[in-house]
Amino acid sequence: MFLAKIHVSLKKSVLDPQGVAVKDALGSLGFKGVESVRMGRVIEVRLAAKAEADARAEVEAMCRKLLANLVIEHYEFTLEKA
Amino acid sequence: MAAMHFSVIQFPGSNCDHDCLHVLGAVLKQKASLVWHQQAQLPRGTDCVVVPGGFSYGDYLRCGAIARFAPVMDDVRRHAARGGMVLGICNGFQILAEAGLLPGALLRNRSLKFICDYTHLRVEHARSAFTSLARPGQVLRVPIAHGEGNYFCDAATLRRLEERGQVAFRYCEPDGRVTPDANPNGSLDSIAGVTNEQGNVLGMMPHPERVSEAALGGEDGRIIFESMLAALCRR
Repeated sequence: MFLAKIHVSLKKSVLDPQGVAVKDALGSLGFKGVESVRMGRVIEVRLAAKAEADARAEVEAMCRKLLANLVIEHYEFTLEKA
Repeated sequence: MAAMHFSVIQFPGSNCDHDCLHVLGAVLKQKASLVWHQQAQLPRGTDCVVVPGGFSYGDYLRCGAIARFAPVMDDVRRHAARGGMVLGICNGFQILAEAGLLPGALLRNRSLKFICDYTHLRVEHARSAFTSLARPGQVLRVPIAHGEGNYFCDAATLRRLEERGQVAFRYCEPDGRVTPDANPNGSLDSIAGVTNEQGNVLGMMPHPERVSEAALGGEDGRIIFESMLAALCRR
């Protein structure tokens, strides 16, 4: 069994209005040094696979097909034995 | 003229399906039927597919991301590949973009707010089957109701859209000027609707089915459906 922790976020070239709103909120709370905030989502997928390479290939395919929209988002993930 | 057959796709969470059905059937006197998303095939004789607005699958993950894998979507794809007309409105636009039938994607509105309001749309050209009865530059008053209608695509795609005349509508002032103030959601280049390269698939965030009879406060949306009928008749 493997646990994939997938992080999906908007590409750098895409404006993230949610991140901007959170950055402004942090500023108004007195956190002066905040330069930028980018929002994203974390998806944890527990999956059965024979070997780590298989699990990695499977998670790649999941990200490309469904979990991320590559027009606007990019993804990265870590994989651990679970 | 024989009635054209429109298939309106119904997903769990669609909420403009009956509005579309009403306009196509009762107002425009065409044959219109609802098609449940689990059906493997569109009804025989479907001339045009309408993917209506709503919140398919609760907008989980991303708007339209799950609906695009519904069984009926394979046949919608085949219909589009054969040159059949497909109109996606609001969530329908999001679904068609997620399905790769239209370029780009719809992001959160720049204001982060759900916006329910009238907008003005400038018809960019009358060459597409969806705008053939309109004048280029004609202004239509059509409402929007969305939280994720902020159109985005990369710079190369935008250039291609422009070159090939795929931008169907832009948000504008009542007099047709495209200004930042008239852009309700932060859409790139004020884009409100795009077609695919072949011109037989249109996605738009505004709701033409909500302004297709005078009793509802406007009829500007009808020209889109009537253009589609005119295009179908020419075939």
